[in-house]
Amino acid sequence: MKKYIIELAKDNLRIDGRGFMELRKPISVETGVAKKAEGSALVTIGDTKVLVGVKLGVGTPFPDTPNKGALIVNMEATRLSHPDFDSGPPPPKIIEMARIIDRGIRETKMIDLEKLCIKEGESVWMVFIDIYPLNHAGNLIDAGALGALAALKTARMPKLGDDGRPTEELSSKKLLITKEVLTLTFIKINDTIVVDPCIEEEEVMDARITVSTSGADRINALQKSGKGGFTEDEVIKIIENSFKIRGMLKKALSDVK
Amino acid sequence: MNQSKKAVKRPDGRKVDEIRKVSCKAGVVKNADGSAEFIIGNTTAIAAVYGPRELYPKFKQDPSRALLRCKYNLMSFSVSDRKRPAPSRRDIELGLVIKNALSQLIFLEKYPKLAIDVFIEISQADAGTRCAGICAASLALADAGIQMRELAGSIAAGALGDLVVLDLTKEEEDYPEGATDLPITYLPKQGLITSLQLDGDISFAGFKKALKMGINKCKELVKLQEEALKINYLKGDKK
Repeated sequence: MKKYIIELAKDNLRIDGRGFMELRKPISVETGVAKKAEGSALVTIGDTKVLVGVKLGVGTPFPDTPNKGALIVNMEATRLSHPDFDSGPPPPKIIEMARIIDRGIRETKMIDLEKLCIKEGESVWMVFIDIYPLNHAGNLIDAGALGALAALKTARMPKLGDDGRPTEELSSKKLLITKEVLTLTFIKINDTIVVDPCIEEEEVMDARITVSTSGADRINALQKSGKGGFTEDEVIKIIENSFKIRGMLKKALSDVK
Repeated sequence: MNQSKKAVKRPDGRKVDEIRKVSCKAGVVKNADGSAEFIIGNTTAIAAVYGPRELYPKFKQDPSRALLRCKYNLMSFSVSDRKRPAPSRRDIELGLVIKNALSQLIFLEKYPKLAIDVFIEISQADAGTRCAGICAASLALADAGIQMRELAGSIAAGALGDLVVLDLTKEEEDYPEGATDLPITYLPKQGLITSLQLDGDISFAGFKKALKMGINKCKELVKLQEEALKINYLKGDKK
């Protein structure tokens, strides 16, 4: 398979007929798909489907950040989504993906966690983002990150009861999203770099890099993964490209309000 | 923005591209096939390599190459609030990041079916622990006499606001106007970046500058490791 993919690359071709810097189609984001969740999104990128839910709870803050809400991002290796996913806790590569998505939200201050403080040192909002792949056909990171953004944008805060616990009733108040951080993943096979790998490409990749950007010039998160490496020029080219391509993801979000 | 550039002064008075005091030493764990300690400022990493050795469970054996396994651990007392000893999600992720950073170093194909285990313990954490861990591991692998293409240098570049700097401390990472952390691992002979992470908010131009600065420092760190190896071998206690 790897040889075949490399041979194709010599003629500027990819296994599914795309250009190197072309995302799979269709890209769609449907929100409000899980009614019990405060926010949810079903993301489709080509054959990859991911369901993301946001739950908001009230808990005690971490001792080192008494005035900040908590953000917890988790991804499961849903067994129904791929034959190779086993039972048990998520494997390291899935944990890595969840943490890449987590950082794309946390470090970029996409949500202002200080605004999620209810009473300093006592109670804060806890934002749980759970990502469940429904069909793993490659690039779960970008689908998960897009879904997390859409789910957060549409999430509504529950009303608090007299006891300070959240009730089933949702208020009209939304989470405050300060910026739109978009995430794109590139992989290297031999010397070819392609965006949004499908699963066949992912399985034979040498190295991977995930880039989270906001606006026209800000880089917010990066993660290189996979056993191989990138040269300095390759990294710079990849980031240039992610600024060029990110509009396609933004378009998919245009209906998400 | 420009104003902050002038105003920013590093708390410990270092120049922007000046890293904390580094010391590294090979051969610190007698039982191990190879080991090293890497100290940068108040961050201390110890790495030990066991292997190449037989790999169990057997079904994990790869007839074409050795399996590299890396464990990264923060000791419970290495941070301000005691960390629970069990591996956290962060530890698991960093184990994978370190493994990916080191894979290109070793001729894994020379050791089919075997395992090479790298254990990294951080006894003191003041930012830059993964980079210190990678430098320690690179040196420990060489100390174990494993066939390697080269040594790896690793350093955290970053930015305080818009000011690009190298080797942030914990205090700097918590810079109120926003710090960017950019840990880099670089293999100079192959010209490859084998680990790269970024958290924060930085312009493309700032990123390019930080990347370049980090790569240059990685080259220097490789030289330091070479020195440490020579010292250990001249001692003659590894024969």
